[in-house]
Amino acid sequence: MTATIQSPRSGKIQPKYRRNGGSKGNFEMLAWLFMRLSGVVLVVLIFGHLTVNLLVGEGIHAINFGFVAGKWADPFWQFWDLAMLWLAMLHGTNGVRTIINDYAEKNATRLWLKIVLYAATTVIIVLGTLVIFTFNPCPVANGVQLPGGFCPAP
Amino acid sequence: MPTKPAGTLYRGREGMWSWVGHRITGVVIFFFLLVHVLDTSLVRVSPEAYTAVIGTYKNPLMALGETGLVAAIVFHAFNGLRIIAVDFWKKGAKYQRQMLWTVLGLWVVVMVGFSIRHLSLAFGGH
Repeated sequence: MTATIQSPRSGKIQPKYRRNGGSKGNFEMLAWLFMRLSGVVLVVLIFGHLTVNLLVGEGIHAINFGFVAGKWADPFWQFWDLAMLWLAMLHGTNGVRTIINDYAEKNATRLWLKIVLYAATTVIIVLGTLVIFTFNPCPVANGVQLPGGFCPAP
Repeated sequence: MPTKPAGTLYRGREGMWSWVGHRITGVVIFFFLLVHVLDTSLVRVSPEAYTAVIGTYKNPLMALGETGLVAAIVFHAFNGLRIIAVDFWKKGAKYQRQMLWTVLGLWVVVMVGFSIRHLSLAFGGH
């Protein structure tokens, strides 16, 4: 008796051998694709960020509260920084997830490392997003303007 | 006596070492990113808190660290584009070694330029 083996790539793959038939769906393929798409965008966003903040004008010496206030007065830089925050955090989190999966051999160790990772990612993304959109160039504490702020003339 | 395994196309060669470099630089950048979002968040505490903490980035010792960080970012960026070319370009796998040397060449050029600019700002007595 001989078994019939279909030639590779004939499209007649038995369901149990299908790579995308598992419960995880095609999450890993989408993660792989996301790393490449976000990577290209991040090269542009981060090189722009480094050029504007470190290379032009006085470079790093120009960075202070007023520098941030000047940038975030413009929605262009708000969305630039927002895109950079989300893409870089998700790209980095997926990279560290891969590293945890590669090196942590015990199931419990992998689980806990990933819980810590996802918690940190959530906190950083939520915090950063709130900071970008609730930024106030003229902060006030107990009715008094804080020194160093940029407040409209009374 | 087990003999030393024969060489492969990957192990111990450009492909493996670029993978090692990509991992290490990726982890370094990720941990800096966490810190960098936290330090930027001080703009919501007070202008003085932000300016004081950002001030610590401006001393010469930190400038060396920043140059190292940018070196990691630039390598990760260029090598990432090489990985995309290996995956999506028909001849990517064939030319992966030449592309790695291109990555390293561009990395040296960019880092020489960046270091001159950034370190002269940091050590230039402002």
